[in-house]
Amino acid sequence: MFRNQYDSDVTVWSPQGRLHQVEYAMEAVKLGSATVGLKNKQFAVLIALKRAVSELSAYQKKIIPIDEHIGISISGLTADARMLSRFMRTECLNHQYAHDAPMPVGRLIGLVGNKMQICTQRYDKRPLGVGLLVAGYDDQGPHIYQTCPSANFFDCRAMAIGARSQSARTYLEKHLATFMDCDLQDLVAHGLRALRDTLPNEVDLNTKNVSIAIVGPKTPLRIADEEELVRFLALVEGEERRGGSATATGDAAPSDRDRDAPGDEPQVAVSTHFIFLIW
Amino acid sequence: MAFMGDMMNPAPFWQNGPAPGAFYNFPGNSSGFGPTTHPVQEFKAHSATPITTTTTVIGVKFDKGCVVAADTLGSYGTLARFRDCPRITKVNDLILLGNGGDYADYQYLKDIIEQKIIDEQCIGDGLLLKPRSMHCWLTRVLYNKRSKMDPLWSNYVVAGMQDGEPFLGAVDKLGTAYEDAAIATGLGAYMATPLIREALSVGTLDEEGAKALVRKCMEVLFYRDARAFQRYQLGVVTAAGVRIEDLAELKHDWSLAHMIHMK
Repeated sequence: MFRNQYDSDVTVWSPQGRLHQVEYAMEAVKLGSATVGLKNKQFAVLIALKRAVSELSAYQKKIIPIDEHIGISISGLTADARMLSRFMRTECLNHQYAHDAPMPVGRLIGLVGNKMQICTQRYDKRPLGVGLLVAGYDDQGPHIYQTCPSANFFDCRAMAIGARSQSARTYLEKHLATFMDCDLQDLVAHGLRALRDTLPNEVDLNTKNVSIAIVGPKTPLRIADEEELVRFLALVEGEERRGGSATATGDAAPSDRDRDAPGDEPQVAVSTHFIFLIW
Repeated sequence: MAFMGDMMNPAPFWQNGPAPGAFYNFPGNSSGFGPTTHPVQEFKAHSATPITTTTTVIGVKFDKGCVVAADTLGSYGTLARFRDCPRITKVNDLILLGNGGDYADYQYLKDIIEQKIIDEQCIGDGLLLKPRSMHCWLTRVLYNKRSKMDPLWSNYVVAGMQDGEPFLGAVDKLGTAYEDAAIATGLGAYMATPLIREALSVGTLDEEGAKALVRKCMEVLFYRDARAFQRYQLGVVTAAGVRIEDLAELKHDWSLAHMIHMK
């Protein structure tokens, strides 16, 4: 029933100083398919891998528009993501109504973080089992934020979450220095390559299983239609794939990091607002 | 749950029927329970009329910013009661706020605005409230209050720099809001706006021109508005920030009124 004695409630500490229920919720994020977020000086981009429950069903939506200037990409429990996205939409609308200005992205994330924290500290609640990548544009430029079920949030230059996302993070870490100065096409291409590294050998990216959202200056949040997806996918078509040894199940092999960057010190993709989490 | 009445004033169980506690509520009983003890109007009469009032606020937009001016008199009806009621404030580095109307209502909302700015500074993300947001927020607050039949008896003039451009807007006690390059509230709407509009129609003003124009308007208003005063505040907002100048005193000369004879 329980993996150990101290995980019955979110409020119960283990003698090692851990909150097991919160850590289990963090695992829920890794069950969702991978999604990548990255930005350059102007644009923030979300790229998500969609899954279909069966061949008879449509692909499950991964990117949810919040406002003209904010979009989220989800990994984990879709139901929890829908609750959060409704909250975020309401907050954006209320801010627009009261202040005649779009919600600053960082402020919205702060509110989401506070909302997610409450249920990590009450015995009658459970942590949300969803991680978000938030792409937004405001007066301070483009933003990529990551939120976790542990109610931590991180301001990132690039990030990937979801199943086997370590491979994507390895790619992003390796190319992090080039993102800021590259153009939108290259940025999307980098994102697609990072996402492709999370795929098993026999699967490839196509217009059905990829979703791309772009936001930037004078560019309201846009989720790429099929025509645009074809153009973007053509950027990385036929290239050799790197994560060749990845298996079809389970998370990415931790040895990826060592293999991918020999002698090349990988940079951590998290930039500012670094709050440490007990991993 | 309006149909239930409130704690002190429960609604009757049915139309024309007894209300909870009604049978125990004999004449002369001071308990105060009962549907007819307090007429509804008593609860809604807080600010149906202003008490300590101030008069005109003037706002003028110039090429690189805005000027706002207002005198410092607080009147009790026609009585010139308080002579030091400053009503031009710096909200933050982008916003200059002027007010006219009930002075207590202004102090009330000023405290709320100041707290709003402190809350924003506590977030510490470096973002500043912008004048258009302030203008919109005031509109919402004032309209909301008037919709509760309890208006804040105020005219607000919001001046500031919106993304590098000058911004000038007005909101009245009903939540009616507009933006213009020339704004004067109260009696000034009749006597100062024509002067400002005429000056603006000639061409855009510079800072010195706008200040001279506003000073001229304050003088005209002092002579003709019986609720005006010779001491006034003048604030300027530009890209360099908000600056409220020391109190200025009009030099007035009533010898020009020799033609006026009282009967």
